[in-house]
Formats: sequence, C-alpha cells, structure tokens
Amino acid sequence: MRLIVNGQEAEVDVEGDMPLLWVLRDELGLTGTKYGCGIAQCGACTVHMDGLAVRSCQVPASAAEGAEVTTIEGLGTPEALHAVQKAWIDEQVAQCGYCQAGQIMQAAWLLDMSPDPTEAEIDRVMSGNLCRCGTYPRIRAAIRAASAAMKEA
Amino acid sequence: MGRARTITRRSLLVGATAIAGGVAFGAYVVRRPPANPLAAGLGPGAATFNPWVRIDGETITLITPHADIGQGATHMQALLIAEEMDLEPGQFVTGFGPPAAAYYNTAMADEVGAGISATTPVPPAYASAAAGTIMKVLGFQGTGGSSSTPDSFVKLREAGAMARETLKAAAAVETGVPVADLRTEAGQVILPDGTAIPYTGLAARAGQIAPVEGTPLRDPALWRYIGKPTQRLDIVAKSTGTQLYGIDFTAEGMLHAAVRTSPRRGRLISYDASAAEGMRGVVAIVEVTDGVAVIADNTWRAFRALDAIRFDWGPADYPAEQSEHWDIVARAFSDGPLNAVWRNDGASEERLASGEVVEAEFRAPYVAHQPLEPLTAVVRVNEDSTDVWTATQIPRFLQSVVGGVTGHASDDVRVHNLYAGGSFGHRLEAAQVRIAAEIANRRRGVPVQLTYSREEDFAQDFPRHIAMARARGKVADGRVTALDISVAAAPIMSSQAGRLGYAVNGPDAQMAAGIWNAPYALPDFRVRAFEARGLAPVSSWRSVGASCGGFFLETFLDELIHAAGADPVAERLRLIDDPVARRVLETAADMAGWGRAPAPGRGFGVALVESFGVPVAEIVEVAATGSGIRIENVWVVADPGTVIDPVNIENHVQGAVVWGLGHAMNSEITYSDGMAQQTNYHDAEGMRLHQCPEIHVRVLEDNPVLRGIGEPPVPPAAPALANAIFALTGTRLREMPFSRHVQFV
Repeated sequence: MRLIVNGQEAEVDVEGDMPLLWVLRDELGLTGTKYGCGIAQCGACTVHMDGLAVRSCQVPASAAEGAEVTTIEGLGTPEALHAVQKAWIDEQVAQCGYCQAGQIMQAAWLLDMSPDPTEAEIDRVMSGNLCRCGTYPRIRAAIRAASAAMKEA
Repeated sequence: MGRARTITRRSLLVGATAIAGGVAFGAYVVRRPPANPLAAGLGPGAATFNPWVRIDGETITLITPHADIGQGATHMQALLIAEEMDLEPGQFVTGFGPPAAAYYNTAMADEVGAGISATTPVPPAYASAAAGTIMKVLGFQGTGGSSSTPDSFVKLREAGAMARETLKAAAAVETGVPVADLRTEAGQVILPDGTAIPYTGLAARAGQIAPVEGTPLRDPALWRYIGKPTQRLDIVAKSTGTQLYGIDFTAEGMLHAAVRTSPRRGRLISYDASAAEGMRGVVAIVEVTDGVAVIADNTWRAFRALDAIRFDWGPADYPAEQSEHWDIVARAFSDGPLNAVWRNDGASEERLASGEVVEAEFRAPYVAHQPLEPLTAVVRVNEDSTDVWTATQIPRFLQSVVGGVTGHASDDVRVHNLYAGGSFGHRLEAAQVRIAAEIANRRRGVPVQLTYSREEDFAQDFPRHIAMARARGKVADGRVTALDISVAAAPIMSSQAGRLGYAVNGPDAQMAAGIWNAPYALPDFRVRAFEARGLAPVSSWRSVGASCGGFFLETFLDELIHAAGADPVAERLRLIDDPVARRVLETAADMAGWGRAPAPGRGFGVALVESFGVPVAEIVEVAATGSGIRIENVWVVADPGTVIDPVNIENHVQGAVVWGLGHAMNSEITYSDGMAQQTNYHDAEGMRLHQCPEIHVRVLEDNPVLRGIGEPPVPPAAPALANAIFALTGTRLREMPFSRHVQFV
C-alpha cells in the first residue's frame, strides 16, 4: 500500500483496516501523532488528510491510500516552525504536552478554514480535543495569537 | 543498611506509629550522604561533584531527580542548578538519572509530619524531621505530594554552587590565579584579564580535586531565573511532536504487546485464544498474573488479537455493585474503625446535642486518573540484568518489583525514566511494569513494549477513594458557632502503599485532609475519620484527600453561613485564624469584586481550602443558559511562598482548576458486576474546551514555607462551583459528580 506522508511516498505492507494512527506510529516511526483513546473521543491522533483534520485512529489505512497526509512532523519543525507551533511556544501552552500535537493540527486546520475565528468557532472546532492537564486558556490564547500573526504575514 | 531493611519490611513511610514511637537511627547512618550514582562509570576527563551535575570535555549534564509528569520538573530543576552554576539554557543537557538513594525526597515528610502531630503529642517539626529521616535512610525516591519544588529548592541550588566553586578551584589550579579573583558567567570561568575558560575545558582538572562545599547561596536579589518568566526547556519539543514520551520509546528488534487482566481484579479462570493464534503479526500469546498478553509485531495487531480472545474471569474481592460500596461507606460511620479524631476543639458534641442543628450528608465517588498517555513500559530481560524504559514516579520500587519477576537483583534492574504524558497519581503504581516484565521474561533478550489500550487503562485504574461525610453544625446571632464533621472513606494510604509492599497503620492524614487542617478557628470544631473496609482498591488522585474533604467542609460551611444569614466571604474571614490564608481569600474577593450583585441569571460561589501547606481561594461565577449551567469566570488566589516561574505557575493553577471543576461536573467510576462501568473518555470526560471559563490567577508569596502548586488549586474548585450553583438556583449539591443533578452546557 502506498501512502503520501508529509510529502513523501511510503510503501507499507499492512491490513487495509489498520488505523492510519498505527501505520504512522509503528510502521513509519512517526511518533508525534499520539494514541489516546482509539475511539475519536480525545483528538490526540489528529492529522491532516487532503487538508482536512481527521482522527487518524478512525481512518483505515485503505482510506488513506493516495491521500496527502500531514502529521505534526510535517506541519513544521523546530528549525522551521508553523505559525501555530510558534504561537504554542510563545504562549507556553504545554504542560505534559501529550495532547498538543493533536491540538496544534486541529487549530491549524481551524485557521485554514477560518483565519479570524470567533470564540464560538474556536469552541466548536476545538472541543473534540481533550487536554487532561487543562491548558485550554492557553490554547485559546495561542489560537488568537496565531490568527493575528498569520494575518500579518 | 541492615537496619534500614528492617524498617522497610515491617514498617511504613507514611503512617504515624513508627515516627510517633520514636524511630532512632545511628547518627552516622542519617548524616552519611548516599553514594553519588553518577560516579559509577565516569570516564577519564569527566567530573561529578554531587548526584545532580556531571561534566566532561564536551557536555554538562544536569540531573532531574523527579519524574516529569507535565509539571515541568526538568525545566524547573535544571534552572535551580543553573541559577547558581551560571549556565544559560542551551549550555547543558538534562537527564533523569538512574534510580538511586541519593535522590531521596524529604519534602513529602512535611505532609506526613503535619498529619502525625495532629493525632499525637509529637510536635510538627519533630514529626517532619523524623519522617524525613526515614525517607533519607530508605532512599525514598518518589515524585508526588506537590513536593518536587520544595524538595529541590535548596538542594539543587547548593549542587549548582558546589559545581561552580569546584570549577573555579580547578581554574585556579590550572592558571595559578587565586580563586578570589575568578568569576563565572555563562558556563565559563573568567580570569581577571578577561580570559574565559569554558567549564567543559576544566572538567578533567575538576575531577581530580575535592568538591568545594559550604558555599553560601546567592542573595535572591541576584537571581536571574528564579521568579522570572523563562521558556520551558521542553516547550519546543512539545509543540513540534518531537518530545519522546514513554509510549514513543523504541529499541532495536522491539516487539509490541497488549494485555488484559481481570477487570474484576480477581483471577483468570480460563481463556480461549484459538481465534487469536493465527492472526497476522501475532508472535506469542502468554499468560501473566491474572491475565493474558499478546506479543505481536505492531501495537494494533496486539490489541486486535487480544480482542479475539474469550475470557472467563473470577469474581472481585470487593462488592460487585456500586450501591453495595455506598452501603459499606455508610455503615462505617457506626461500624468502621475510627481512624483518628483529627480535631476536637471546644465541645462540639455537647453543643450539638440539643437545639436547632443543621445537618447534611455528602458523597464523593471513585474517579479515574486517566492521563492522556496510557500506561506503557518497555522491558528487555538480559542475561545478568534487566532494562526498563518507562515513565514512573517510583523508580526504585520498580527495581525490586521487576527484579522479583526476572530474578535479577534490584541493582541490576536499570530503570530509565522517560517523560510522562500526564499522571495525576496514575504512575505511582507498579503493576503495568511488573506485567511488562512478566511478558518480556518470556522472550529474553528481546525488548518488548507493553501498551495499555484506553479500555484496559480505565479498567485497571486504581481510582480516587470513595468517601462520605456527615456534618452537623450550629449558627447563632448571624455566626457559625459549632461544626462536627465525620468522614467515612476507603483508607487511601494503606491501599496504595500496600500494593508497594508497605503495611501502613495508624492515622491516615489524607482521609480527612482539607477539613482537619482548615485554617478556621471555630469555638467548637470536631473532625473524625472512619475507615470503610472491603472496598475497591484506591489510589492518590491529584490533591488526594482534600479533593473530597475540601468539598465536604466548604459546601457545608456555605450551608451554615447561609443559615446564619451571613456573607460567605465575610464569615469565612471572621473564622480564619491564619494570616496567609486570610490574605488569599481577601485577594480573591477583591479580584472578583465580591459583594456586587450578580447580573441577572448569574451566581457567585466561594471556597477556601488548604492542602499540601498551600491555602487556595476560588470564586466561581456561573450563568444559567437555556441549555444548562455555564461556568463563566473563576478567580483563584494561591500562596505557595515563592514563585519559581510565573508563567508555569499560572498554567498549572489554571490546569488544576480545570481538573477540579471538570471531574466535579461529570466524572466518576462506578462498579457493576465487579467491573468499572466507564470504559473510555465518553463516559468520563472531565472538562472540554468549550466549557472552560476565564480563569484569573494571582499568586501571593507570603507563605513562610516554600510549597508546591500542582495539587492545591484542585480542592476549592468543586465546592466553589457547588456554592455558585446554589446561589444561582437554590439547589444544594452534596454529591459529585454534579451532572447527576444539574445540566452543564
């Protein structure tokens, strides 16, 4: 099976029903995408598929075949940060940080769709991503900061 | 060491009896510093001055003695060393270090000491010192009780000062310039002529001279890091998906495993794995204690094969149905052993024997920890040793637990600690690592990673203790005059410590925490705790006893204040006998503008709880909407004495408020057929972003003792919310989770 992950083609020999999450983590070694619940309740495994934020624990590998998949590693790197990642760093959002890759991928998609989101839009789009440490106030602030920075850019 | 072993076996860390009875160690045993674990295997040209600093020709390594469970231990502890050592971020690497007695944690002793002195004639200072002595002699290396900062604050600055002065002494030897003429800056020793020698260039010489001890710590006015905002050392990695957590660890040739053990914590009677055996990727199906594990070439394949196995589980050794659990707790008020009379000021019993008495009963359920990273461990059993890679708060306990499985001596079990994706008390357990060792022991030489599915994690989570309170009180002339609270609860410490092999006896300070230590001087005030035995095993859950006790006391006190017709803040201020707690509450009231009439459809509630030595006041504002109650604002004030990092502390206070509110709103574990009925986050959500209020934080620094902040803002959240909902709706919430009685947006 051929996948396109972070712009690179990857050949994997997996069952069609293996969730994309585990293809990324265990077959491709891309561990930035996290396992949290396996049933789309926490959002830790959020990646982009053809520009859409999806829960990779719910996407069978067969459905990802041929699609453009972007993970947190492909969004930006420590040397070349995405604006959302930079805002996350500036606002010092993370505590344990385990959910933050999913939060950032979800927020990046939100700002793609709605560059200047309302509070209601932020609530609606981000509420599927659990943060057990409770960094929600900083997540909100980082989304607003990223929105402002992206408008200036 | 023989003596310490005796203590380990027959006694306890957290119970009162050994300490109140006068534990005596030889002075030499107590004063002798434990060996520096970094000295072993130190190469030529390298130096270590103490267990926290290692330096060679290229690298400066600062050791983090505590687990990093999201509280920022790595960052904060490195900065404490760097503050005195004159290092800049980027000039050093960090590591958790090996399990070692040198990393004993004495800060948890204060909490133990306070509990002992409340129930015995032993004064707090003596009790804390005695508890600390035991922790040192045992080499108790643990993370918990909001103790990471208190344990490190002096110790690690002294370690940095010792390193700095020894490097200066080395430079003096190398250059002939007197030490008094040398200074340090940004990882270098600077000579009077401006010549700079990097620390790494002095490592070889420094390793040959005796460490310089006894250097006074710097004047706080000179601090460069402490008290100022700094960028967390892990923040870039945690924002780019490059932070390595326990679950991300991989080793050459590693296999993946999943496990199912009895959801009733009982025996495995039989199982049928025939459907799983031929499944793709399955390497082996092995029995473990009370369960079965699948070893596969991929985590998901292990999960899937496990789902194909049919199990027949034996019964639980606690009641099958939740209602029976509550019955046991309720009976403990009359049948259960009295754990302790925690407070008996005045004569509340006589005072409440007649006249008009306000009475109420409260409940706090079992609650799961469920950090977002599930339990994991990688174990490789070698010929003469075992390697364990996991995120743990109790590394030295794991050594003996794993050694017991693999047959290796504790010293030959190498525990490599890793970053944790949260804990909240969850990683104070050893079962998951024992099971991983049992699995890896069947495949010696091969590293095996055990990953819990979320469902297995929920099923095996040792939850917060279940508790009830029966409270009686009196009011007169607009004042609260008498209060008598009895708590009946599953004993927390004996359940948790029992799983680690300690028999804990005596009073358990957590059972009525948040009540007996409340900073109130009521003329008649009694607090008792009764043990409810035979319940499901329980554990420490972020803020432990005060998460229930604070709810009981502060909700009931609000009822009494209402009955007295007094103002909730003014009457609390009248009762407070501690100046630090008074300022905390006054400041919160100022911030919230307490006293103004709420806007239509809104209500305010207040609570003040002290836990782990930190008084915290919270004022919650709620609003009625067409679809339920919405929490609009929380004003929170805490006083931990000294702030290390104002950004990190604000983040943690906010997070603790979210934790306290979210679980009070909607989370509980209930048992049916002996099994936890909640299996994943849809059943126990906590707070989601759309429910998160504005959380306004102020941190005061009047507390004479430096304390930790991870837990103390949790307990006031639930009662402040309950009291706000009463102000809004007139309905008293005496049972968590509140979603049993009201709807939240």
